[in-house]
Amino acid sequence: MKFRGLIFANLFRKKIRLMLTIGSFAVALFLFAFLAVVRSAFSRGAEVAGADRLVVTNRIGLIQTLPISYQDKILTIPGVKAVTQNHWFGGVYQDEKNFFVQFVIDPDNMLKVMTEFKVPPDQWATFLQDRQGAIVGAKTAQRFGWKIGDRIPIIDSLYGPTKTWEFNLDGIYHNDRPGGDETQFWIQYKYFDENVPDFAKGTAGWYVLKLDNPDDAARVSKAIDTMFANSSFETKTETESAFAAGFIKQFGNIELLIEMIGMVVFFTLLLVTGNTMATSVRERISELAVLKAIGYSDRTVLVFVLAESLAIAVLGGVLGLGLAILAIPVLGQALNGLLPSLILSPGILSLGLLVAVLVGAVSGIIPGIGAMRMRVVNALRRV
Amino acid sequence: MAIPVIYNFRSVKARWTSAIVAVLGIAGTVGVFIAMLSLARGFRATLVASGSADNALIMRAGSTSEMTGAVSLESARILQDAPGVARGADGPLITTEAVLVTPIPLVSTGTDANVQVRGVSPNVFDIRKNIKILQGRMFHSGLAEVVVGKNATGAYRGLTVGSTMTMGGQSWNVVGVFDAGGSAFDSEVWCDVHLLNGAFKRPADTFQSVTVHLTSPAAFQQFKDYVTADPRLNVEVSREIDYYAKQSTRMTQLISILGGLVAGVMAIGAIFGALNTMYSAVAERGREIATMRALGFGAAAVVVSFVIEALLISFVGGALGAVAVLPLNGFTTGTMNWQTFAHMEFAFQITPILLLSGLIFALVMGVLGGLPPAVRAAQRPIATALREL
Repeated sequence: MKFRGLIFANLFRKKIRLMLTIGSFAVALFLFAFLAVVRSAFSRGAEVAGADRLVVTNRIGLIQTLPISYQDKILTIPGVKAVTQNHWFGGVYQDEKNFFVQFVIDPDNMLKVMTEFKVPPDQWATFLQDRQGAIVGAKTAQRFGWKIGDRIPIIDSLYGPTKTWEFNLDGIYHNDRPGGDETQFWIQYKYFDENVPDFAKGTAGWYVLKLDNPDDAARVSKAIDTMFANSSFETKTETESAFAAGFIKQFGNIELLIEMIGMVVFFTLLLVTGNTMATSVRERISELAVLKAIGYSDRTVLVFVLAESLAIAVLGGVLGLGLAILAIPVLGQALNGLLPSLILSPGILSLGLLVAVLVGAVSGIIPGIGAMRMRVVNALRRV
Repeated sequence: MAIPVIYNFRSVKARWTSAIVAVLGIAGTVGVFIAMLSLARGFRATLVASGSADNALIMRAGSTSEMTGAVSLESARILQDAPGVARGADGPLITTEAVLVTPIPLVSTGTDANVQVRGVSPNVFDIRKNIKILQGRMFHSGLAEVVVGKNATGAYRGLTVGSTMTMGGQSWNVVGVFDAGGSAFDSEVWCDVHLLNGAFKRPADTFQSVTVHLTSPAAFQQFKDYVTADPRLNVEVSREIDYYAKQSTRMTQLISILGGLVAGVMAIGAIFGALNTMYSAVAERGREIATMRALGFGAAAVVVSFVIEALLISFVGGALGAVAVLPLNGFTTGTMNWQTFAHMEFAFQITPILLLSGLIFALVMGVLGGLPPAVRAAQRPIATALREL
């Protein structure tokens, strides 16, 4: 582009204003990325749920258990590939603040159903041999600085009088899916069942099953619910994503709230930048008129103004998103345990950049068109 | 000598477009700031209002919430005779309670929410004295009847007086609506504790918590000492009000951190906007300022004048932001209480103190955005500024 020099000279004529405008853009994009990440943290569960998995819970509610005998019965239904069961352990590690999810798992079937979880085979073999064994997600292990072989005390008061359960950390799991959960703590069903009071023995919190074919979901869930209808433990079967979505819906308007804040932020910043662009064009009206008088076309003048605002938008956008890339892991650490982990996905980044370009274009086009349409004579006459 | 304030009013009026932008920037920031704080406040107030200072809540030692507690019937019998427990017409004021969650669809989305159900003793209104029946009547003990909180009746489907709901595989008649003064109880469904234990196949002689009404708030210590010293009891006693305050900490913390962060970053953006506006004001008025200096106004007067102008803009912005969020006051929304996983309705609460802190926040932004351009205006050499076109 032969006018590059001119555009650059215009950009840098007021350095403070340039810096402030780029700064506002950076702040806007930083907030955009942050809010998008928080929003996705609230709705993550539904996005990462397996399409070929169903969750079977007690019809009465999630806190009611199901008999352990259902596992084999569910497996007899055609179309079911594997079934595993979980219990919510709900214990506390040292202090309530150190919250992470603990599941009682069925080691024989867990990895057949939850195929995204990967545990090194030697660690898994140790876990199978060790009744008091535990497997923990990489994130949680890192958070507390646990190493394999550590003894982890968990205080539980959900099952019987409060007592401390001790577990040996046998392995660390990773999650194959981007953004997948790596914070859970798994313990053995057999050990759990031996040590809980009678009311909880022989029960499963809920079942998760894998289908041969995801298209079968409706038929299989109906078959399961019919099988246990009119028993004393009726079931409710739904896809994993419906199950997760049901949980998320209960956070209610938080998502809406975040979106509203995002709108306010954006509207505000659009105004600020738009105003700056307009001011800088206004100040240069006579210059632009001179350009037109010496033969530059209307369109070229528009391009000048637009190129300037786009350059500011892109610079600010990249700066803000760069800051977000640096800051979000730190913020994630600070909010640990309060929110699901914060993940800045490439999708959010590219959307952010797109929005920056859009705002840049919109805020440049209005003064740009004004500059294009003005009559040279009038503009030159103004002092 | 000071420059008259009327000068600032007039100059703001002369450049109203860029002033409006700065005003809106600050208004947006203040609005978000107040909204987030009022949300955290409302959530906390709802839970805190649930407890009374003259009630004591007894759970099993080590329990973190009522959901995970267990207190036996024998323990409850010992507790009712403890010193400090108030007595009513028909015996000690004690309610043995079971708490659980059951899925009921939300009116707003049609999806299930975990509604908190509380099995209570029939004399519960003598213990929680601030709760009144608003419509219908109290349930009769021994009948499958429920009374629902005033928020629950609006938020969840099928909870109006006269309708029937299903819970624990049984049908229950909704016979009344109660008003718990905007506390967490307003999102709950209450029924006879014995029937609830039966419906959910729980042991009949075990409750999750016990609440007693004390003769006075001061009797708490006496009651607590007695209960703690009794070797037959393995329970934890807390003032009802402290228990609910503690329940709100996690959510309040989350909202405050998130809100503070967003408002803080937005403030930086708004300060940039204000700086831009003031710098252009200074640039456009170079000759004006120089003329005033030549007339004998000192550098300090110029700085003060520009800061006053920035404060004027930010004050209007702050006031606008505060007025804009005011309609949110009392707006009810629902979310999950992380400590109990139960769904709860609560309202934004905007207090005069919040509004005031929003205004102060705006003025701070004004000073930060106005001072550097003001200093620059005062520093420019008079002769060169006058010579400028």
